[in-house]
Amino acid sequence: MTDSPITAQGPAAPAAAPQGEPILQVRNLVKHFPLTQGILFKKQIGAVKAVDGVSFDLYRGETLGIVGESGCGKSTVAKLLMNLEQATSGEVFYKGQDITRLSGRALKAVRRNIQMVFQDPYTSLNPRMTVGDIIGEPFDIHPEAAPKGDRRRRVRELLDVVGLNPEYINRYPHQFSGGQRQRIGIARGLALNPEIIICDEPVSALDVSVQAQVVNLMEKLQDEFGLSYVFIAHDLSIVRHISDRVGVMYLGRIAEIGSDAEIYEHPTHPYTQALLSAVPVPDPEAREHRERIILSGDVPSPANPPSGCRFRTRCWKAQDRCATETPLLAIPERFADSGTLAAHESACHFAEAVSY
Amino acid sequence: MTVIDETAGALAPAAPAAPLLDVRDLHVEFRTRDGVAKAVNGVNYSVNAGETLAVLGESGSGKSVTAQAIMGILDMPPGRITSGEILFHGKDMLTMSGEERRKIRGRKIAMIFQDALSALNPVLSVGYQLGEMFRVHQGMSRKQAKLKAIELMDRVRIPAAKERVNDYPHQFSGGMRQRIMIAMALALEPDLIIADEPTTALDVTVQAQVMDLLAELQREFTMGLILITHDLGVVADVADKIAVMYAGRIVETAPVHEIYRRPAHPYTKGLLQSIPRLDRKGQELYAIKGLPPNLTRIPSGCAFNPRCPMAQDVCRTDVPVLHQVGPGRGSACHFWKETLGD
Amino acid sequence: MPDMTDSQSLVDAVPTTAAGPVDPSQQREKARSLWSDAWHDLSRKPLFYISALVIVFLVVIAIWPSLIASGDPLACDLSKSQMGPTSGHPFGFDTQGCDVYTRVVYGARASVSVGMFSTLGVTVLGSLLGGLAGYFGGWWDAILSRISDIFFGIPILLGGVVFLSVIKGGSVTTVSLFMILLGWPQIARIARGAVITAKQQDYVQAARALGAGHTRLMLRHIAPNALAPVIVVATIALGTYISLEATLSYLGVGLKPPAVSWGIDISAASEQINNAPHMLLWPAGALSVTVLAFILLGDAVRDALDPKLR
Repeated sequence: MTDSPITAQGPAAPAAAPQGEPILQVRNLVKHFPLTQGILFKKQIGAVKAVDGVSFDLYRGETLGIVGESGCGKSTVAKLLMNLEQATSGEVFYKGQDITRLSGRALKAVRRNIQMVFQDPYTSLNPRMTVGDIIGEPFDIHPEAAPKGDRRRRVRELLDVVGLNPEYINRYPHQFSGGQRQRIGIARGLALNPEIIICDEPVSALDVSVQAQVVNLMEKLQDEFGLSYVFIAHDLSIVRHISDRVGVMYLGRIAEIGSDAEIYEHPTHPYTQALLSAVPVPDPEAREHRERIILSGDVPSPANPPSGCRFRTRCWKAQDRCATETPLLAIPERFADSGTLAAHESACHFAEAVSY
Repeated sequence: MTVIDETAGALAPAAPAAPLLDVRDLHVEFRTRDGVAKAVNGVNYSVNAGETLAVLGESGSGKSVTAQAIMGILDMPPGRITSGEILFHGKDMLTMSGEERRKIRGRKIAMIFQDALSALNPVLSVGYQLGEMFRVHQGMSRKQAKLKAIELMDRVRIPAAKERVNDYPHQFSGGMRQRIMIAMALALEPDLIIADEPTTALDVTVQAQVMDLLAELQREFTMGLILITHDLGVVADVADKIAVMYAGRIVETAPVHEIYRRPAHPYTKGLLQSIPRLDRKGQELYAIKGLPPNLTRIPSGCAFNPRCPMAQDVCRTDVPVLHQVGPGRGSACHFWKETLGD
Repeated sequence: MPDMTDSQSLVDAVPTTAAGPVDPSQQREKARSLWSDAWHDLSRKPLFYISALVIVFLVVIAIWPSLIASGDPLACDLSKSQMGPTSGHPFGFDTQGCDVYTRVVYGARASVSVGMFSTLGVTVLGSLLGGLAGYFGGWWDAILSRISDIFFGIPILLGGVVFLSVIKGGSVTTVSLFMILLGWPQIARIARGAVITAKQQDYVQAARALGAGHTRLMLRHIAPNALAPVIVVATIALGTYISLEATLSYLGVGLKPPAVSWGIDISAASEQINNAPHMLLWPAGALSVTVLAFILLGDAVRDALDPKLR
């Protein structure tokens, strides 16, 4: 138990080489929530820039982790991918088709293939419906997915797949524990045989001893059904465990994105470095010789983000250039040909390799 | 195998002096719709001045209920302390008069809550709430109290304390609010601070700031600190010793360095193993099977037995006592030797 | 809204729920829904039984008053004016010489029907308008909220006096219509709030993510979860409408003779309080008991339906 998940010097995992065509392509996604004044005649006085130009690809069968602190916009990204919020601008291409402007029948068809698992197992299940009705609802909405007589059997099958007793079909959500409810939520997400599941903090509301069970279940299901996950969380060690690639978000933008080894072992963005160093490590031996970067201050308000680089107000490397020039998310020039794990996309003018 | 006296506990301090706080065989029950929930079932722990005890447990383990009992803020009913002693400076707080108890609360023992926003009064300015401590307990004038409030805010490193002293709680960020909570707890220079998940609601980068501040102030004032948490990482960062709770009992106690290296209880071991580790990527995470028990129906024998990979018949019938397994170490497991061994 | 729930994490069980989740495998009892839980709660409250019994009794005699009163409330004998109780006439006689007992029994019909019709109308209209405003939001909500504010601004008693004396109505229908007209904003507000709360729940988002349409969202997910507060307020309001009917009738703008109503009788009796207190005592007592019964029922229902109080 001496090695800790983050500081350990394990063999560098091979950088997950994304294979084939991306199944989901996110381009310059923006979501601004207007701040208004007035009751009947609303006047816009500003906007909360929750998501401000996010781009990434999701490949078939992979898990893309998205980490960040509260207010960084990661949950809004999840809602945008699910079309639960209307994007202000930008596109989300699913198999080449932009789904952000879809509605009606076309949107409903896409929904069969992109599903979601929610954070809070206590509020994501309707307390007035039985487990059978909750897991069976996808079939009521998409009658073509399962013939009517077959639905009950499918629901029992799904309960079995997520490790719950199929006899529980007539129980109500409040009769289950948090971990079991999350399994019910996963079963509902699986019902339509989707290709992509967006997981918004799926284990952070669960007890520590139950988190591992749910993570294992999700990995098992991924192998079994060839699912692609967007796994949003703030727990860095769980994200590392489950993800092939990881994106780090800060104030509505992606600061750095790359394979798990690239991000965790060779972060080049100062925010990622600070974030990784701040995580409490379950290893008391490490506390004396661990170098920690303690950031000053708090995350600025997304209603009034800093100009240029969003992180500059808390960054120890910030210079004048950071306030005027927004750094692009790209492989830093100095690492481009280095052939090292530092050669991954990072939105910093002064990207620097640090290895953990 | 030595069976040690329950009250002495494996956490008996090295120093011969009486510990600052000594909880002995505490039992707490709650009356619920589904029957009597046994939230705390014989907890023993002690804290010395200048020492940090981490109480680790999942929801329902009784870690917060024990803290509420110590503070005397347990909701009674439905809660009930059925037996036990809580000795503070050697005096049992459970048999004190309400008046005596109030004198200790806030002045000698202070508490920091997880949710600073709901623990602060939203309609009073932060300066007023900080100053109130001095006005009520030390009879200071309004002006003096405000100056003291500013001093405290400086102390917990709230920038521009002078300008912000009249702001309301909602005008501060989560991390700043938690600093204000710490300032309030420190105001009367208590001997003991109980911090219930003080950084759980905060972001990782802010967590580190707040935890550092708390640890530093604790050293400066040589206070005792009880840190209640579910996060093994936070414990490893700041604690001196640790008590692991499960289903209302302490299942393992140890100096912090040893428990991570060689856990002596299968539950602790399971928790440590289920932390994702680099060299196990791509493999299944170790997972403790099953669910935490329902407190109205705690399994007989060892409460952990239905989830334990080592459980034998004796675990289903006999409640294990806290065996002394090493200097300052205890494990409530019939098979602690085997657990330590492999 | 920016993601504010990100940092939510493990919270130690609060004392009242310290029992923790029930492992279904250990649970032998039948599956319970929240409604059956509420019923379970209600069924153990003596106050609920008492108030429900009073209400059932009232409804029965409102429909079949002849069950317990054989006389005719309008058959009066002036010679018996203001006489005290006699055999066969336990409550005595009023100024017109009518049997007070018979009139009190028949008066229940007016009160109960005005109360029921008003509540029904207010609940349907209010929850429909409020619910739609809460669900769709935007302009629809802004306009509706302003309209309900305007109605809120009208003092109900003064409004009643003006409205009912202008249209010169005096029937159960006109009085009920008036109450619906002024009463719906109260329920609309509650319904709007409850729908907005329910709408923001993750399970509604989950159903949307599955592709559920407005009808399914409203009927299957939002309505069942927004109903409880509406039911509670409606039950308590029913009592208020009954007393309001009596007040309007007392003021001479509600029901008018020859209609039989407790308000009319109280009005007539109040002038004779020194000569014949029994004339006031019985109808006023009946009114108080009725209103109290509905308010107590509302209280019991609220306790049972509000999970936060558990």
